[in-house]
Amino acid sequence: MRRVLPPVIIGGAGLVLWELIVRLKAIPYYILPGPWLVLRTLVADWGTLYPSLLVTLAITGAALLVAVVAGVLISILFTQSKLIELGLFPYAVILQVTPIVAIAPLIIIWVKNIPLALLICAWIVAFFPIVSNTTLGLNSADHNLVNLFQLYGASRRQVFWHLRLPGAMPYFLGGLRISGGLALIGAVVAEFVAGTGGAQSGLAYRILESGYTMQIPRMFAALLMITCSGILIFLTLTALSHLVLRKWHESAVEREV
Amino acid sequence: MIARLQDVDKVYANGTVALRRLSLDVGEGEFLSLLGPSGCGKSTVLRLVAGLGEVSGGRIDWPGGNGRAGLPRGDIGFVFQEPTLMPWATVAKNVLLPLKLRGVAADEAETRAREAIGLVGLDGFEHAYPRQLSGGMKMRVSIARALVTRPRLLLMDEPFASLDEITRFKLDNDLLALWARQRWTVVFVTHSVYESVYLSTRVAVMTARPGRLASEVKIDAPSPRGEGFRTSPLYNEYCRQVSARLAEAISA
Repeated sequence: MRRVLPPVIIGGAGLVLWELIVRLKAIPYYILPGPWLVLRTLVADWGTLYPSLLVTLAITGAALLVAVVAGVLISILFTQSKLIELGLFPYAVILQVTPIVAIAPLIIIWVKNIPLALLICAWIVAFFPIVSNTTLGLNSADHNLVNLFQLYGASRRQVFWHLRLPGAMPYFLGGLRISGGLALIGAVVAEFVAGTGGAQSGLAYRILESGYTMQIPRMFAALLMITCSGILIFLTLTALSHLVLRKWHESAVEREV
Repeated sequence: MIARLQDVDKVYANGTVALRRLSLDVGEGEFLSLLGPSGCGKSTVLRLVAGLGEVSGGRIDWPGGNGRAGLPRGDIGFVFQEPTLMPWATVAKNVLLPLKLRGVAADEAETRAREAIGLVGLDGFEHAYPRQLSGGMKMRVSIARALVTRPRLLLMDEPFASLDEITRFKLDNDLLALWARQRWTVVFVTHSVYESVYLSTRVAVMTARPGRLASEVKIDAPSPRGEGFRTSPLYNEYCRQVSARLAEAISA
C-alpha cells in the first residue's frame, strides 16, 4: 500500500490540476484537451483505436519474440568462439547505435511487405539488449564451478546446459525487460515513418492522422494507449523475471530486515 | 601410497614460476596438510594433483591408481576455498551434480546425495537454496558434494579460511570425525599452523614461491582428537615445532 498510494495521489492531483487549468484558462481542445475529454474520446473512438492498438501490439510482440530467439542464438554463437564474438559484436553495436528513424525509410523501401518492414525495424531496436546481456551472462560463469565441472569430466554440452545457461538467466531477463519497451518504441517509430493508412495501420498512424485533422483529443487518447501498453509490457516482463528468479537470485528475494 | 610427486615444476603462461622441483609422497589414508606462506603454490599442487592443469616438468605417479593416468574421475573429491555452489540449485541438486555429470541414474544419485548430506549433518536442508544457508553450512554442502562420489582422495584448498573461528573449529572436528570413520586420504591446504597441527597426521611445510618442500613434521597424536587436544601440551609442542619449521622455510 505504501508503494502504491504516493504515485496514485500525485497522479490524481496532477490530473485534477490539468483539468482545472484547461477549464479556467478556457484552453481550446485543439491546443490542449483536458484529461476528461481525452478519456471520453478514448471511449468514443474505441472502435477505431482498438484495432490499431492490436496492430501495433502484434508487431511489438512478434519483434520481441524474434529478438529473443535470434538474440539468444546469437549470444550462444558468440560464446562458442571468441573469434566469432570479436568479429560480429561490432556490427551488433553498429545496428544498435544507428538511429532507427534514419534507417527505417530504407528498410521500408527495400522490404515491400509493410508489416514485415515494421517488424524488422522493431527487431533491430529490441535485439541488442538481449544479445549484450545474454552474452555477458553466458561468459560470467563462476571459474571455480567451471573447474569443478572439468574435474568431473563434464562435456562442453553439460557445462553449457547445467552451468552457463542457468547462470545467464538473470542477465537475459534483465535484457528482456529493456527489450520489451524498446520493441514497442521501435514499432511505433517505424509506423510513423511508414505512415500507411487504412484499416491495417497502427496507433502511430492514428496519431499522425489526428494531427492532420486537428483531432488533438484523439491524439492524446492514442498516446495514452501506447503508454499503457508500454507499462503493461514492463510489468508483465518484471513479473516473469520475478517468477523465474524468486527462488535463488538476490534481485528477486525479499531482504530480511 | 596413493600419489607421488617427483621434481614437479609448474611455470604459468605469464612466466610465473609457481613450483620448482617439488617432491612429495601422499600416503594412503593419511591426513596431509600443505602449509606455507600465501602464494607459495600450495593451491597449484592441489590443482595439478586433481588434473586441473599440466605439470611443466617432473611427474606425478599414481602407484595405487592406473599408472600415470591418475585416479579414475570420481575417486578425487575437491573442496574449493569458496563453497562454489550453483545458486539456482537446491542443496540436493548441488550435491548430486558430480553423479549427474557422470551419468548416474537419477534415483541412485538422489539416494547417494541424501547420504552425503547426512554425513555432513545437513539433514532436512535438501531443498534449501544456497542463499538461505550460513557460510559454514554452504561449506558443508561443498564437502558433501566432494564426498558424494565416495572418493579415495579428498583435496581441500583452504576450505575454512573464510569462516569465523567458532564455525571453523566445529567443521574441523566434524571433518576429523568423518575422516576417522571413512579413512579417505586427505590433502589439506592451509596457511594456519594451528589448523594443520590439529587436523593432520603429517604436515608438509613449503617454501615461498617458487614453492618446494622445505620440511615435514609427523603429528603423532592419538585419534580421535577432541577439543581437549587443542589445549594439550602435546598440541602446543607440535605447534611450536611447525611454526619454527615454517619460519625457517620462509627465511630460507
